[in-house]
Amino acid sequence: MKAIEQTVVQEKINELANQDVYVHLETTNGAYASHFDEKAYNVGAFIRNAHVSYQHGKIVSTGGSYRVGLKLDLGWVYAEGVTDFEIDDKGRLLMAGHDREGRLMVALEISETPFSHEADVHE
Amino acid sequence: MSNQHVVVIFPHPDDESFGASGTISKFRAEGIPVTYLCGTLGEMGRNMGSPVFANRETLSSYRKQELTEAARRLDIDVELLGYRDKTLEFEPREEVADYLLKRLKALQPSLVITHYPGYAVHPDHDALAAAAVSAVGQMDESLRPEVWMHAISNHHEEDLGEPDYILDIEPYWEQKLAAIQAHLSQADGMMSLIDNHDKKSEQTARLKLERFYKWKFT
Repeated sequence: MKAIEQTVVQEKINELANQDVYVHLETTNGAYASHFDEKAYNVGAFIRNAHVSYQHGKIVSTGGSYRVGLKLDLGWVYAEGVTDFEIDDKGRLLMAGHDREGRLMVALEISETPFSHEADVHE
Repeated sequence: MSNQHVVVIFPHPDDESFGASGTISKFRAEGIPVTYLCGTLGEMGRNMGSPVFANRETLSSYRKQELTEAARRLDIDVELLGYRDKTLEFEPREEVADYLLKRLKALQPSLVITHYPGYAVHPDHDALAAAAVSAVGQMDESLRPEVWMHAISNHHEEDLGEPDYILDIEPYWEQKLAAIQAHLSQADGMMSLIDNHDKKSEQTARLKLERFYKWKFT
């Protein structure tokens, strides 16, 4: 992954609009947060392979990190804290936000084909 | 030492290295075969390498390679169970136990090492260990291996007391370090935590003692 290039990401978001896509959306502070700091809370959520179509989407910055919003017919997909991106060899738009130590805090990925579901034991 | 076989059951690539690789090395030095049944590929891990080299979609491939390398360094066999990271607690417990039971019947271990259900912090640890205990409990008593359990939670000794086995793995420290370092995407994050910890020597000392509770089947 590399640092977000807003124009490149926006173009890819536009390209994937108005068609069936699969979305991976995730945020996490890790399963050990309250183990290492008893005052901390373990919080996380993910949805893998949400099958949606969005009318339009936008990547917005207020210095530092980015927010991405995708407008659905009946709702929204939203991620905050995105810092890095990659368009991989399958043409998928992978976006993530990492902390200072490089740990993933948030991820939003959009693909025309489903993301792997079962562990790829035979890969 | 004939007919001995140790089976390690943990959910993530690197659980074996951080939690039990000194003990594993000790058994290997005694000529006892060790098989690691690894539940998932850790594909939902937060650590992506330092500096970052993996992403959510490539992490599983890296971690699979890292596990292969750690297993090579520890001289153990690995079998992947094919579950998905973070989801083990939502699988029907008895189905996971049945699956483990099949594997155990084939491997005929004399000892199973797993986590201590309820005291292992990560939900995958608790869930897979509970299924492992259930699987071993279903085995015929004459074939039933011992079960050693690794507890992680901060205050587990208040409930569980002293562990039954405390292994000083100092003689195998180099092997343990090498196994941990094989997990490139994960090791840096963890080891820098230790290096930067204000109680570094205490943290390192903790890694040099591997402690296990013995499960008592009633």
